[in-house]
Amino acid sequence: MRSVNRDDHVRISFELNGAPVSGLGESRTLLSDFLRGTIGATGTHVGCEHGVCGCCTVQIDGVAQRSCLTLAVQAEGRSVSTVEGVADRETGELSPLQKAFTKHHALQCGFCTPGILMSFSDFLNRNPEPTVEEVKEVLGGHICRCTGYDGLIKAILEAAEEMRAASTAATASR
Amino acid sequence: MKPHKFDYVRPETVAEALDLLAQYGGDARVMAGGQSLMAMLNLRLVQPRVIVDISRIAELSDISDKGSMIEVGATVTQARVENWDRLNETLPFIARAIPFVGHFQTRNRGTVCGSIAHADPSSELPLSLALLQGEVVLRSKKGERVLPAREFQLGLLTTARRDDELVTAVRFPKSIGVNGAAFREVARRHGDFAIVSLGAVRLNGETVRMAVGGMADAPRTIELPANLSDKDLSERIDAFAWDLGGLEDIHATARYRRDLLRRMALPIYREVAPCAA
Amino acid sequence: MGVVGVKDQELLEVKPAERTGSANADVRPWTPDRSGRSGALGSAMTRLEDPALLTGAGRYCDDAPVAVGTLYAAILRSPKAHAKILSIDVSAAKALPGVHAVITGEDIRAISDPFLVALKAPIDQWSLAVDAVRFVGEAVAVVVADDRYIAEDGVELVNVTYEDLPVVVDCLKAVQPDAPVLHAPAGTNEISNRRFVYGEPDKAFAEAAHVVKTELVYPRSSYTPMECFVVVAEYHKASQSYDVYSNFQGPFSAHPVMAKALRVPGTKLRLRTPADSGGSFGIKLSVFPYIVLMALASRITGRPVKWVEDRFEHLSAASSGPNRVTTIEAAVDKDGRIHGLRMDCLEDYGAFLRAPMPGPLYRMHGALTGAYDIRHLDVTNRVCLTNKMPAALIRGFGGPQIYFALERLVQRIAVELGLDPLDVIRRNLINKEAFPYRTASGALYDSGDYAQAIEKALADGRLEELKARRDAARAEGRYYGIGFAAVVEPGMSNMGYLSTLVPAKVRERVGPKNGAVSMVTVNVDPVGAVSVTADVTVQGQGHQTVIAQIVAEQLGLTPQEILVNLEIDTQKDQWSIAAGSYSCRFSPGTAPAAHIAAQRIRDKVARIAAKQLNTVAEDIDFANGMVFSKSNPDNSMPFSRAAGTAHWSPVLMPGNDQPGLREIGVWSPPELEPPSSKDEINTSLTYGFVFDMCGVEIDPITMEVRVDRYVSMHDAGYLLNPLIAEGQIRGAFVQGLASALYEEFVYDESGAFLSGTFADYLVPTACEVPEIEILHIETPSPFTPLGAKGLAEGNCMSTPVCIANAVADALGVESIQLPITPSRINDLLAGEESRPAKQIQTATDGGSTSARAGHMLTGKGEFVVAAAPEQIWNSLLDPEKLKTVIPGCHTVSVVEPFKYRAEVTLGVGPIKGRFVADVQLSDLQEYRFARLSGGMSGPLGGSEGEGTVTLEALPEGTKVSYTYSVGVSGKVAAVGGRMLERAAGMVIGQFFERLSRVVKPEEDGPANTASTTPRWKRFLGLGR
Ligand code: FES
Ligand code: FES
Repeated sequence: MRSVNRDDHVRISFELNGAPVSGLGESRTLLSDFLRGTIGATGTHVGCEHGVCGCCTVQIDGVAQRSCLTLAVQAEGRSVSTVEGVADRETGELSPLQKAFTKHHALQCGFCTPGILMSFSDFLNRNPEPTVEEVKEVLGGHICRCTGYDGLIKAILEAAEEMRAASTAATASR
Repeated sequence: MKPHKFDYVRPETVAEALDLLAQYGGDARVMAGGQSLMAMLNLRLVQPRVIVDISRIAELSDISDKGSMIEVGATVTQARVENWDRLNETLPFIARAIPFVGHFQTRNRGTVCGSIAHADPSSELPLSLALLQGEVVLRSKKGERVLPAREFQLGLLTTARRDDELVTAVRFPKSIGVNGAAFREVARRHGDFAIVSLGAVRLNGETVRMAVGGMADAPRTIELPANLSDKDLSERIDAFAWDLGGLEDIHATARYRRDLLRRMALPIYREVAPCAA
Repeated sequence: MGVVGVKDQELLEVKPAERTGSANADVRPWTPDRSGRSGALGSAMTRLEDPALLTGAGRYCDDAPVAVGTLYAAILRSPKAHAKILSIDVSAAKALPGVHAVITGEDIRAISDPFLVALKAPIDQWSLAVDAVRFVGEAVAVVVADDRYIAEDGVELVNVTYEDLPVVVDCLKAVQPDAPVLHAPAGTNEISNRRFVYGEPDKAFAEAAHVVKTELVYPRSSYTPMECFVVVAEYHKASQSYDVYSNFQGPFSAHPVMAKALRVPGTKLRLRTPADSGGSFGIKLSVFPYIVLMALASRITGRPVKWVEDRFEHLSAASSGPNRVTTIEAAVDKDGRIHGLRMDCLEDYGAFLRAPMPGPLYRMHGALTGAYDIRHLDVTNRVCLTNKMPAALIRGFGGPQIYFALERLVQRIAVELGLDPLDVIRRNLINKEAFPYRTASGALYDSGDYAQAIEKALADGRLEELKARRDAARAEGRYYGIGFAAVVEPGMSNMGYLSTLVPAKVRERVGPKNGAVSMVTVNVDPVGAVSVTADVTVQGQGHQTVIAQIVAEQLGLTPQEILVNLEIDTQKDQWSIAAGSYSCRFSPGTAPAAHIAAQRIRDKVARIAAKQLNTVAEDIDFANGMVFSKSNPDNSMPFSRAAGTAHWSPVLMPGNDQPGLREIGVWSPPELEPPSSKDEINTSLTYGFVFDMCGVEIDPITMEVRVDRYVSMHDAGYLLNPLIAEGQIRGAFVQGLASALYEEFVYDESGAFLSGTFADYLVPTACEVPEIEILHIETPSPFTPLGAKGLAEGNCMSTPVCIANAVADALGVESIQLPITPSRINDLLAGEESRPAKQIQTATDGGSTSARAGHMLTGKGEFVVAAAPEQIWNSLLDPEKLKTVIPGCHTVSVVEPFKYRAEVTLGVGPIKGRFVADVQLSDLQEYRFARLSGGMSGPLGGSEGEGTVTLEALPEGTKVSYTYSVGVSGKVAAVGGRMLERAAGMVIGQFFERLSRVVKPEEDGPANTASTTPRWKRFLGLGR
């Protein structure tokens, strides 16, 4: 049974984008703060700290969720993915989602972008052929103040299509 | 917006969790998915001395068919229920209501039991439990209690859970609503807490049960004959609306809430109890 | 998705911009190359910013590493709307391990000055409240600690005692003679009142066939960026200077204000801005008081101090657009032609007037008549203060307020005269031949063809479709309406406009203010690599990309080869008071400066190359990284070599050219003149045009407004990058939609702030946003070398009123209150609500009911206790008994007769907070009636109110009836609004429920004989 005393700073370890990371944190340290301030993975942003804006969305064991509503200790032993891990880890090539974002001008200030990328890289895995309404519903878990969402919706739908085409091609060549 | 200091414990078994609750009682707060609790911690609205994180208790992670009931364990996320392949067949009402709970991202983490234990008067899952007349399983070192929905949620964020008890599961009666289930909610934005939410199930040939959320300090239900005329229905609903009163806040007047209920009720009722003609 | 994208061929054919009147006569104008050449200026190139932002490699203010030893700040904020600060006890906070300092108003008053205000009025604001608080959220103390978590722990331990002062929230009440005054030395809340008369409005009204008048209220909202404020400040003791890193957006006219407050020359306040910023939309001007505050915190602690604003702080205290009440009337003839306008604009700036306020009231001053040719104008501008957060810059800056009035008026004219609103618009439009057009109040509109823009927007069946949809809906009894809005969108503010605020005589005395100096530097290094710095701050608009396009265009390079660094460092970079990103100054301001700087580099490199290629500079051209002779393209050299010459081979420099290759482009258009002696002012350099048209339907069940169709036509001159232009328009549209339907900062009458989270301040998400169709025409500005105008604010101005007009059309009502919420529409449409006669009200909560009346939560209840009234009376008045009755009570003490102080832990469910409650009893009628009044406060907020208890003897015991009416403020009010009413009812209900349990018949029998002092009096130390 893991227990952390209120006044302790303890070592918290997990896997971040495929590599082990660890650092000292308190029981109350938010995962968002731990990622940004302790690990230095500042790609994950914080926009509200009450679960509404979606800026802080990361994946834990592949599932998109809010890092501001997660304690760092709760990530112990888990596999956390953040925006820093979305592009190809070897070549650095942008993912289809990232490419579509730039093509459709789906970002302006880019503050909301990492969270949205993390939501949809999970969602499109589970639902490769989403409707516009489904995309909007998931996107509804994010606030973007700059773009008006139109470019985002187009980009996500196009990326989904591209990913489907790529996986069909991959299956065919097998 | 950072939480206060607290002790954190993460039991691996129910027994450990119950020991902790017996030890700390009201000083402890149970966290499963944390989707309601964490926001309140960040705002320092809630300052428990101990957080008991039950999210890794393996024995609470099942959705199981108990014959007449479907039991959902305390760590089962809303997303898991939403995507459960037998959902539509066994709990058709939940299948309709659960997509309205928060957002994709919060359903991925938030639990069914957590939402019910939080007892928000506008939430969809407490409404579902009330409508289906489900049960809440509570365990403490002293034993197990099973409370019907009505006896569990007592009011605004207030339940009958005793300080040493853990909500280990909730149970929804199976197949209620296979003859007809409908859910609708009006919120200012998609995914927001409902201004008014309304669910209905056809219980049998004769009866329709409806539950309304967002208009009182807990979801409230009403049973109606399934053969009401539009006019009779609207009279019954009007009386119900007056009875509930409706709440006043910055998003809606009580009057608007009552009017919403009056206007929402008919189509929902007709969805589960179509006109004989 | 039914959206017409911006494709090059849909833009008007391009004709060269004819430039008149610019002082920079040597600047060569540009016309778009729409040939499809990749990266060309004018092409929809994707952004250079994106790769970093898409991979988590952005460099936002909170991402930067900080100096070793940096401390973190958290701010204690006022839960009160208006109160005197009696004392601040910082001892407990200071004693907390990890806390380094607790700073209060007294501390900063000693080492800083109040901020300068645009108006000579005694409205002192320091970076912390001094002596009094004037709005909920005002900064009262700063706790500086090892980390933010500890700093917030410290904030909870600071104990402030306040004495309440009367509150005024509504600006119409604030200007009444008996209103409480926020700043006593000013003597009034209406701190400025100026009337302007242009032409002969009285005559126009006297001669008018009709006068149409309406009154409008524009609410408070902001376009809250996703990234909040960040400040890192360090005091250098040796040089007594401050070094600050912050996501400040400008205008840098605020820099002297900050330096003055810190009592240092501007050179000793080094302000640096980060490479990336998570949006601003005007708001990040308002970080400036915090820049000063953290600078002072660093000086006091001797350590660098970092503060990151959280969302709760941002929503409650950052800033908001001002709310405005406008009374507007038009003198019209029978065809709807407007001959004269009268306006009274009362604008509410909240608790303080922060520089450069009251900008929104004056920024549009030249354009008050909008797109219309109206020669007679009478306008009164009034500035007032209330107990709300100070207002400041937000996108649109005064435009949403003025157009909400003007375009609602136009719709009213059509309704009242029985005309088609489009005809009223058409009849009044400025003719295209009239450009450049001087408005009545002095703006010089540069170019436009408003009629053509409108006709194009209506064409292709768009208007017909709308009408058909309206007809069809109405035939089925549904509410459907069509709205229009025509808006002139200013770009690049004349920094002199604010001086219109003071009378001409005063202006003469202090000297003219005008212009808007823009500066860009292009630098070429020894191997020909080009870098650019500019006087704009990054907020996400894509300025890096467009500047790279502009510079690449001149130098024959690709935009990818141009490094644009938009971090600003006031100690090292070029800047002037106009620097920053606001009021659409990029396209008409910074972009021309970049063009000028690049042309200077181009000219110099051409001269260098001409010498080496044995030709003349005029014969030199640039393309594909080469510099070559136009007459003989083979005669060429790489750009890098030609540029390198300036570094490596001064000996080869031609004529008078100096070695080195760095040019500053300065752009200061002469059209931006100071206000004239008659108060005419050209408030901006360029004036774009927006025409919006929409159809809305009201959902018959929910009463929500559903935007069915939306068309937005823009003329912003030449588009420098149509992809980015479209992004700006879409973003502004959704913000306009938000103002129309969703967002509002809500205060109750007691000044409590009620929209402190994103669950209550409703920013629309993708699910709430309709599709829109965007159209363009391009009439280039003759006043800018690139022919481009601003375009990013237009829909913030046009969309709220376009939707409001459509809703007015749908419902057939005059008064439309923003945001148009379903609840408000329900109020408009729903008739009397009658309670069925036979309905017996079923009690909820065991006999209590609660409701909200104004800002008060009210309720009543009754129950029967099996005890005599005397027993209950005694329990109520016995501190020891009370302790057991009051839920969560720790201590009760009698402060003086009939006055108790209790420490309690209160709440509902898991939400609990510790409060100190002061309760006073009055109107005592022994064993029968008591009135309770008082308040309580704690870290979660406070509450005030009163209640009554009535006891009535019954055979079976006593009937206890109670009523209450409480107001709640502070954090609970701001974040818990949804549950407040019920929560108050529950807590109070608990009290009485416990009362009934605590009073046991066997105790204190009703045996207080007449001869002895009643027991309750003894408790209170009375009647001994
Ligand atoms: S920061 Fe986590 S949802 Fe907004
Ligand atoms: S791009 Fe700025 S918030 Fe989405």
